[in-house]
Amino acid sequence: MAKKLNMRERYKLMTQLGWDTTYQSMDKVFPHDKYEGIKIHDWEAWEDPFRMTMDSYWKYQGEKEKKLYAIIDSFAQNNGQLNITDARYVNALKLFIQGVSPLEYQAHRGFARQGRHFRGEGARVACQMQSLDELRHVQTQVHTMSHYNKHFDGFHEFPLWHDRVWYLSVPKSFFDDANSAGPFEFMVAVGFSFEYVLTNLLFVPFMSGAAFNGDLSTVTFGFSAQSDEARHMTLGLEAMKFMLEQDEANVPIVQGWIDKWLWRGYKVLSLVSAMMDYMLPESPISWKEAWEMYFEENGGALFKDLERYGIKIPSFASICASEKDHLSHQVWGILYNHTAAAAMHTWVPDEKKMDWLSEKYPDTFDKYYRPRLEYWREQEEKGERYYSQTLPCVCQTCQIPMGFTEPDDPTLISYRSSEYEGEKYHFCSDPCKMIFDNEPEKYVQAWIPPQQIFQGNCGGESLDDVLKWYQFNLGKDNMDYVGSRDEKRWKEWKGMDSEDSKKTGTEDS
Amino acid sequence: MTVKAIGPYPALHKDKVENFHGNQMVIIGWDRHLMIDAPMAFPLPPGMPFGAFQSEVMPAAFAAHPDWPQIDWSTVEWMLDGAPFTPDMEASLTDNGIGHKSVIRFVTPGLDGIGGSGS
Repeated sequence: MAKKLNMRERYKLMTQLGWDTTYQSMDKVFPHDKYEGIKIHDWEAWEDPFRMTMDSYWKYQGEKEKKLYAIIDSFAQNNGQLNITDARYVNALKLFIQGVSPLEYQAHRGFARQGRHFRGEGARVACQMQSLDELRHVQTQVHTMSHYNKHFDGFHEFPLWHDRVWYLSVPKSFFDDANSAGPFEFMVAVGFSFEYVLTNLLFVPFMSGAAFNGDLSTVTFGFSAQSDEARHMTLGLEAMKFMLEQDEANVPIVQGWIDKWLWRGYKVLSLVSAMMDYMLPESPISWKEAWEMYFEENGGALFKDLERYGIKIPSFASICASEKDHLSHQVWGILYNHTAAAAMHTWVPDEKKMDWLSEKYPDTFDKYYRPRLEYWREQEEKGERYYSQTLPCVCQTCQIPMGFTEPDDPTLISYRSSEYEGEKYHFCSDPCKMIFDNEPEKYVQAWIPPQQIFQGNCGGESLDDVLKWYQFNLGKDNMDYVGSRDEKRWKEWKGMDSEDSKKTGTEDS
Repeated sequence: MTVKAIGPYPALHKDKVENFHGNQMVIIGWDRHLMIDAPMAFPLPPGMPFGAFQSEVMPAAFAAHPDWPQIDWSTVEWMLDGAPFTPDMEASLTDNGIGHKSVIRFVTPGLDGIGGSGS
């Protein structure tokens, strides 16, 4: 029997698998890794961020799967959904399966493509491993949530919704933008900006939200993904430092991508801000606190470290700082307005939640946002719950309705626009306008939901036609939580009287 | 600047006016009334008189706001594509200079949203 290899020998044999081609030139075999203008002189200088061979990868992931599926099974057998704090919580999971899980799949595809296109085999292997991780993540998320799909509305058509429904064009267009960029830009977009800088603002809120609200199965898939996420962060940072170290001419290109992608990611996260502050019955942390901790403090330290490469923190960080007192409230207002066309519920927060919001946002909540919520509550109590009857103007870049205000005046919508080849385009902010102006050809072809409805490409002219094209169960997937099937079932399970709550608004006793 | 691409990258405008079946898209927002979450968009015939736009289209977006019935239309200030503007109620959208994807904003002096909150 052959002698068993030690770790180092095995690592060497199983990772350095590339060669320089001779029948065809390397440029023909790897046609996509030069056109973006990034100069790489020595692919050998790439440091493997994972330090893992395929056999140990399979073994490690297999062990995690066994633990995860044991917990998912026991959650289902014990009707774990009954132990969550309130059925409103489940809307955070709807947002996750509709908006985030399909991005995991897109990340799987994106990293598989980069795993083909880098000419350095170290970078290729790392991207292939991340590609497999991302596929595992979407699978475990779908499997975990399938239990909720048996008991709640708003889960059943999530892949189709991701492609069609207006608010999901926000995360979808983010990834379409990244997947149609070159391999180096993709690494800065997804590997660095999203996975390294912003990931804590995406996963931590969902997972700590799950923990605070009694959702053990979601906490478990979070843990199962966590060690993968740590590797992904390492890859994102390694890829970026590699570009910066290879040639000084790469620095301005990388800086431009950081500026673009941190803003693109921040806008996607604005949906998460509303989830954190409004959807979670028990909120572990406010959006503002999370932004301060994960971006201003941790991100600030990271950019301090990157100064030696000549990289600066994006100038729009000051916009985010002035918006952090407003973002979640404005996004909740957008979702509340258009809940008739959303596959999740919104509602007016109860008094306890409003007091929490006042405490977390002492300078803004009572002054700007409580009045409208109280007005909406009065209307709802009269049986006239306010739903927008019309379609909003949507930002051409981030595709969110233009519900964001001027950095220096929270009572005025921020309107920005550009003209390109005689056509008008509208944006929610200076950075979204700048991103468009840098690559107008890319964004003029965006699939903007209201425009597509007006052009007759979404099932018909009426809201009903569009909702049928969305394949909603009308009156079940959409509309306010109060009066929903989710609420009715929850109250039956918990032995609560649902008639009481209809009279008094949304408050549970 | 321009897109870096592996081949020709023509600009394919997805929302040209000819794709709207004879309509043009008009956007309208009410300043300091953020209960209505965003400026709203409508596909409208370019020949529609501005007066009809005000009386028949705008209520769909704004009538749910408690300030709406209190508007004194003689004091309303209008903006079109970033510049002050006095609409001619009889004239068409086109003759008022309102083009495809134009943005109209209006200000209602004295009415600043629910409880003066800007909402």
